[in-house]
Amino acid sequence: MKNGFSRTIGLAAAVTGVASATAGEWSGYVTAESRLYERSPLQSEQKEGPSAAVIFEPEYYTDWDDGDRAFEFTPYFRWDSHDSERNLVDARELSYLIVNGDWEVRFGVSKVFWGVAESQHLVDTVNQTDLVASPDGEDKLGQPMVHVVRVTPLGDFEFFLLPGFRERTFPGREGRLRSSLWVDTDNPIYESAAEDGHVDGALRWFNVIGDFDVGLHYFRGTNREPILTPGIDSGGATVLRPFYEQMDQAGLDLQYTRGGLLLKLEALARETTSTEHSAMVGGFEYTFYGIGGSVVDAGLLVEGHFDSRGANAPTAFNKDVFVGTRLTWNDDADTAVVAGGFADLDNGSVFARVEFERRIGNSRKLELEVQKLTNISTRDPFFGLRRDSYLQLSLSQYW
Amino acid sequence: MNNQTSKLLAFKIAALLAAAPAFAELTPEEKGLKIAQESDRRDIGFGDTIVDMEMVLTNRHGESSTRKMKLRTLEGVGDGDKTLITFDEPRDVKGTAFLSYTHKIEPDDQWLYLPALGRVKRIASNNKSGPFVGSEFAYEDMTSQEVEKYTYKYIGDVELDGQKCFQIERYPVDPKSGYTRQVGWVDKEHYRVLKIDFYDRKSVLLKTLSFDGYQQYLDKFWRADSMKMENHQTGKSTELVWKNYRFGNGYTERDFDQRSLRNAR
Repeated sequence: MKNGFSRTIGLAAAVTGVASATAGEWSGYVTAESRLYERSPLQSEQKEGPSAAVIFEPEYYTDWDDGDRAFEFTPYFRWDSHDSERNLVDARELSYLIVNGDWEVRFGVSKVFWGVAESQHLVDTVNQTDLVASPDGEDKLGQPMVHVVRVTPLGDFEFFLLPGFRERTFPGREGRLRSSLWVDTDNPIYESAAEDGHVDGALRWFNVIGDFDVGLHYFRGTNREPILTPGIDSGGATVLRPFYEQMDQAGLDLQYTRGGLLLKLEALARETTSTEHSAMVGGFEYTFYGIGGSVVDAGLLVEGHFDSRGANAPTAFNKDVFVGTRLTWNDDADTAVVAGGFADLDNGSVFARVEFERRIGNSRKLELEVQKLTNISTRDPFFGLRRDSYLQLSLSQYW
Repeated sequence: MNNQTSKLLAFKIAALLAAAPAFAELTPEEKGLKIAQESDRRDIGFGDTIVDMEMVLTNRHGESSTRKMKLRTLEGVGDGDKTLITFDEPRDVKGTAFLSYTHKIEPDDQWLYLPALGRVKRIASNNKSGPFVGSEFAYEDMTSQEVEKYTYKYIGDVELDGQKCFQIERYPVDPKSGYTRQVGWVDKEHYRVLKIDFYDRKSVLLKTLSFDGYQQYLDKFWRADSMKMENHQTGKSTELVWKNYRFGNGYTERDFDQRSLRNAR
């Protein structure tokens, strides 16, 4: 990762000289959040009591030539009171965009999203998950890339060159939301001799065909999902070491939109040296508008998750069903609630989340998040987290 | 019918048409449609626009909050317009973008860009009557007003603030609309919409939209500086203040695709 990163900084520095000619703008937010756990931790090393964290994410943006050239810089800083593995300095975005008619090129650290599903982002491969930011997996680390897009009447053809690999973040020894062994992120193992300097590549095609939005991808390179293998850390303790294999992956994301109904499907087939498997998530979202004569909208979400590795899958979503709702108040504070739960159809474990958000005044936002684990089977990957149900309160100031 | 009579008949009809005041031979429905078509025709050829919009939401206690966004429009040829809305304020939604392809008959296509995830999401477009970003404007009030989306009826000639107007009613074709009818005041000189009363599904007066500060651009196209929507049932109101209209930006379809959603600011 370090290689690609410094190359990018060099490029960005060359670019900013030009950018200074146009009026750029800073925006961003600072968040203070606290997590209160329902129960005391399972392991003696894990810190007791509520944790606190501060997140600061400023963003600089400037463009010129009517937006055909743009520069973005989004550093990200996080500090946590309980878990030093949650401390992070990252560049979520540090990129230069060139648009030339039907061609687009973006150099630098950036973020791309693939997929259509709500409860799991299965085919969203390029950016590494910043797992300690939120267990929902929606936070991603910046990825160094050269991203070339050719827009044609037959869809968008995208080419990704990904120099430099980002390791997944995991809770540390003193942190919560981990299994009985913590992941020693200081000692990753790579299949490739180039380690985190392996240059990955991907191709993607995306098109809108009537009521269908369809994407296909092929990815070759370092698997973003490590295999966690038992090992010994520098202090002699038994830990889990992340093992990053090389993989070939092909995937599909498909959405059909008609009326208030959205049908969604994501599927992938992945081959690594140790195994090959397929996985999918699919379902629907239907929105009832103006329920009970009010202006509140209620969306119903149902998604099924399957992984061909069955009970041995390293993911918790091997054979699960998700049922959720999204309530949107449509008020000037943009009040919204998303609530849902996963049930494992094999072992009966239940994992539920509720997220509430509401703007306060013009530039503050209050967020409340509850994550509850119940009936967790000893065979479920969430077994180590069974005492880690929590409530998180965050307050953000935007500017 | 011999040649002689048909010629005579044609002459008589022509004379009749010339003598009669415009529209006299038309039914109120035909006349209403003609007015809507003429209003639409006068805006043909605007090409594209970009404009800054300030949305001031006021509740019944008089407290207000402001949203700022930018609207880009590409005139549709043979189909509805394409619109790209990018949000700037409140700051927590900065970078969010909304793309809409209006169609004359078929349901519209809509996408949303969520900057926190870097995600472009196709969204359901049948939410016609729902509020647009918490305002008193419904989605169907914000999207392109294609002639084919309504049927019409001419009511009469009236005066509004000293301007001679046609008063017409229009009835949404789409059963998902939140309105049974809309009563519009269209000024006779320039065919600009000056005011619209909206009647809800129970045919009760719901909202009034007033257009103010019309300005002419490129010596042809009229745009209002202010559009104020008052909800009579809740006491809330939303004013759209339009600033910095720019025409002829040379936009193409590429500036209104799913990719441009992410890049647009």
